[in-house]
Amino acid sequence: MSSDITRASAAELADRLSRKEISAVEATQAHLDRIEAVDGSVKAFLHVDAQGALATARDIDQRRMAGEELHILAGVPIAVKDIATTKGLPTTAGSRILQGWIPPYDATIVTKLKAAGMPILGKTNMDEFAMGSSTEHSAYGPSHNPWDLERIPGGSGGGSSAAVASYQAPLAIGTDTGGSIRQPAAVTGTVGCKPTYGGVSRYGLIALASSLDQAGPVSRTVLDAALLHSVIGGYDPMDSTSINAPVPPVLEAVRRADVKGMRIGVVKELGGEGYQPGVRARFEESVQLLVEQGAEVVEVSCPSFDYALAAYYLILPSEASSNLAKFDAMRYGLRVLPEGVEDPSAEQVMAASRDAGFGDEVKRRIILGTYALSSGYYDAYYGSAQKVRTLISRDFAAAFEKADVLVSPTTPTTAFKIGEKINDPLAMYLNDIATIPANLAGIPGISLPSGLADEDGLPTGIQILAPATKDERLYGVGAALEAALVRRWGGPLLAKAPELSTTATSREVHA
Amino acid sequence: MSAISRDEVAHLAMLARIDLSNEELDKMSGELAIILESVARVSELATDDVPPTSHPLPLTNVTRPDVVRPSLTAAEVLVAAPASEQQRFSVPRILDED
Amino acid sequence: MSTDTRAAEPVVDYAEVLKKYDPVMGLEVHVELNTATKMFCGCATGFGAEPNTQVCPVCLGLPGALPVVNAAAVDSAIRIGLALNCEIATWCRFARKNYFYPDMPKNFQTSQYDEPIDFNGYLDVELSDGSTFRVEIERAHMEEDTGKSLHIGGATGRIHGADHSLVDYNRAGIPLVEIVTRPILGAGARAPEVAKAYVGALRDLLKALQVSDVRMEQGSLRCDVNLSLRPRAQDPDAQNEVPLGTRTETKNVNSLRSVEAAVRFEMTRHAAVLNSGASILQETRHWHEDTGVTTSGRVKSDADDYRYFPEPDLVPVAPTRQRVEELRATMPEPPAERRHRLQSDWGYSDMEMRDVMNAGAVMLIEESVAAGATPAGARKWWMGELARRASVDGRDLADFGVTPGDVAELDALVASGRLNDSMARQVLEAVLAGEGSPVAVADARGLQLVEDDEALSAAVDAVIAANPEVAGKVAEGKVAAAGALIGAVMKQMKGQADAAKARELILAKLGAS
Repeated sequence: MSSDITRASAAELADRLSRKEISAVEATQAHLDRIEAVDGSVKAFLHVDAQGALATARDIDQRRMAGEELHILAGVPIAVKDIATTKGLPTTAGSRILQGWIPPYDATIVTKLKAAGMPILGKTNMDEFAMGSSTEHSAYGPSHNPWDLERIPGGSGGGSSAAVASYQAPLAIGTDTGGSIRQPAAVTGTVGCKPTYGGVSRYGLIALASSLDQAGPVSRTVLDAALLHSVIGGYDPMDSTSINAPVPPVLEAVRRADVKGMRIGVVKELGGEGYQPGVRARFEESVQLLVEQGAEVVEVSCPSFDYALAAYYLILPSEASSNLAKFDAMRYGLRVLPEGVEDPSAEQVMAASRDAGFGDEVKRRIILGTYALSSGYYDAYYGSAQKVRTLISRDFAAAFEKADVLVSPTTPTTAFKIGEKINDPLAMYLNDIATIPANLAGIPGISLPSGLADEDGLPTGIQILAPATKDERLYGVGAALEAALVRRWGGPLLAKAPELSTTATSREVHA
Repeated sequence: MSAISRDEVAHLAMLARIDLSNEELDKMSGELAIILESVARVSELATDDVPPTSHPLPLTNVTRPDVVRPSLTAAEVLVAAPASEQQRFSVPRILDED
Repeated sequence: MSTDTRAAEPVVDYAEVLKKYDPVMGLEVHVELNTATKMFCGCATGFGAEPNTQVCPVCLGLPGALPVVNAAAVDSAIRIGLALNCEIATWCRFARKNYFYPDMPKNFQTSQYDEPIDFNGYLDVELSDGSTFRVEIERAHMEEDTGKSLHIGGATGRIHGADHSLVDYNRAGIPLVEIVTRPILGAGARAPEVAKAYVGALRDLLKALQVSDVRMEQGSLRCDVNLSLRPRAQDPDAQNEVPLGTRTETKNVNSLRSVEAAVRFEMTRHAAVLNSGASILQETRHWHEDTGVTTSGRVKSDADDYRYFPEPDLVPVAPTRQRVEELRATMPEPPAERRHRLQSDWGYSDMEMRDVMNAGAVMLIEESVAAGATPAGARKWWMGELARRASVDGRDLADFGVTPGDVAELDALVASGRLNDSMARQVLEAVLAGEGSPVAVADARGLQLVEDDEALSAAVDAVIAANPEVAGKVAEGKVAAAGALIGAVMKQMKGQADAAKARELILAKLGAS
């Protein structure tokens, strides 16, 4: 049954594909059927490419039949956040200003997915230009949390997490600038990892904040995330900020899953006041589980983290205001003429197009960033924020002297209702309070499910952080914790999510 | 320092080439003031002896050799253009002399 | 052609300007590097390609694209710094200069702001009287060029009156090095000359370094001239205590001549404004070569807030001292040393060498000699006929249709005895008119000095017979009178005879040699 296929993890699918128990076409079709069945309510996808995905699948099946040695994930379908350029497929970054834009080139990570033979199911929904924590700022409407369709699936990568959480794809690509992979993972009961900055190529990722952005894996298990991380990671000569070193040994770490003797640092400034009780309870239990497995807990304090949000909301808008200047209606994208102006100038057309094409949150941040960089204000705002960044890195460095990894709840709350925080930008920004420090310092972080909050029965996440380039520690500790939690729950947390009603019966594919 | 006037917002909107409506200008100066107040505190922590970080990782000297690589074709780049003429991007009349 | 109908702005007589004011200049020169690829991507940089065929996601600024620095461009920038006696930064960064303009694909230019790769240098420039003027270089930095716009619909092809523009991004992203002087003080009345000599010397230096084609008329060397006037101090030693005046920036200065003329014009215009009691408007002005004036362009205001910040998509450039030394070893001979060597090789007097330098002809003569011309021949043609024509046409010697190869060929034709001087001049005219190389022209026109002594002898006899009174005078010893006879012989020979030989024969036959 195709639901067998869609409930399987990527690792299981890969195994069944390699043993020729199922074909890549079957695997892909099963997911396309699932998309048709449930995405009317989840709204994870902005564009589905059935034709392209099946063509890749057919090609893989042929090659496998011919005895060719294929990548371990060949034939395993994947969804890609609509922030990565995909040649020939529309790429909107969740914005009206790029509606209908078809890139003439692939992002490096997309090239890698294609080289591995992974059928690309389509592009997923996101907050416009990745600015947001709920996907409500998408110009194409919000995505919905599969646990409760009236709630947000997180952001900015809510589409990718919702797709994976609702079994529309076993894997997805996300990007994380201040938590946009980790926070959606936490509120949807899935796994999401932000690699070390420079660990995954940014070439072809529509830039938000160049010094903070990273692409990473979105999945249902830690092993799956490690598999995907191994595909997309690595040096890219097209990205000057890319690290010239092999991908960290993430798969090995998952297989070992050993935390004996590891020092787990609990960060005083992350997880106290302002964090929902159910979130904290599940977090503390998870830490306890790690202790039971042989780890040691230490308390660390990173006082500069109290300024992290402020620094982030100065650095990000500043870089974004510059990165988004290219959308000016001259070479591509939406062109709108100003109303009531005869023979408008280029400047007027630019201004009218940008006003029409950008949403409120984007405009807010562009104006804020323009202000923070202006002469007279640079030192007080952008310049100071970059100094706070140094202090945050130093606090992390000091903490990592005492601990091998750091942990915290991923987010202060569980998924809130759609519409609840949309009119309060500051309240929205607070969702990222625990995830932001990692982006500022460039260190890697992962979120995995830590259980359901008692008060609302919604998923909570635990965040693990490691020193820069030591991504494997996330996966080792994550795998160990995941195994213990799954044992305690009697199965994956997602199994507890309500069944989504389907809008069409799944078709059975005959080989 | 954290207050931001409607006029300032209008000036910033001009610098950023966004034609904000009057309603947008009003709304935004209020929202921005709140945000600015909360972020203004970074200057408290940022003392003279702390160097700024522009890159999270200490890479230097990343370059490429001076070797030609294939370009896109004119057709590929112009297909997305809002307007084109004579194999060039057609843009409305430019006011500002460079 | 300028159809600018704006009223002419008043100017003051040049000599009067200097009685009251002291000029201060700043020169910004942009050098387009001759690397094979662009500054941040692998697109080709060759001139003259079809529009928008040398573009890629990076230089077109497509969403998602990222820059990667061209190593050869960095090397060129370092070598330029070394040639200008600059300190080479041990660590520097790129920065974004943010502003909107349709020829800028990202609407920011990746440049360098407060951390340039080269700084604190100087260039010693030789002036026409042989004196040396030191121009201090504040910095040189790397940046990228913009696309090119065609303005459609206006009368002049410029922005004024155009109804739309067409943009070609082939040029966008080509590496530039911008060289900025410190304020140039103490040039006084010689300011225009100093400016021209500086740009000329810089051009020669960059050509010797082989980092650029440095063709001003093609845009691979661009100059913006900044000028201000301040009151002239009573005591010359106290001049530098007088605060600087408001400056204007002048663009579209496309030749060495224009540099000199634009400085001179702005000095006279500023003086007129200041004399009237008004203040100078800080603005960008446009130089018009045809009318010899600047006109008002864009007012500089705080709208020019470029919001510079370090480029986050690039990492710092930190040239090792070892690399700098490796590049230093590739530096060509310093200009002054080279000039002395050439002067000695060519056997020119100090005065002759100086004239050659002032005319901007050193490189041209060098190349002509390399192509086979004699030093004397090369100097004669470049400094004689060609310099005269250049002056009449208002162009720089280097921008003519005549190449050093042509001159060498011409010189060889004379040296071999095939052409005499006046025939050679004819050939040169034809070459300038585009009829082809000197040999091709001489062949096409059948120009060949007559070697036939018999024919010459016969012509001499005929002329003597036809002019008995003049011949008589010569026979009596009035040798100078032979001139008329020589002329007649040349006419009869259709100019294709060696005049000196004709004279010899005449005198011999009349018994007056």
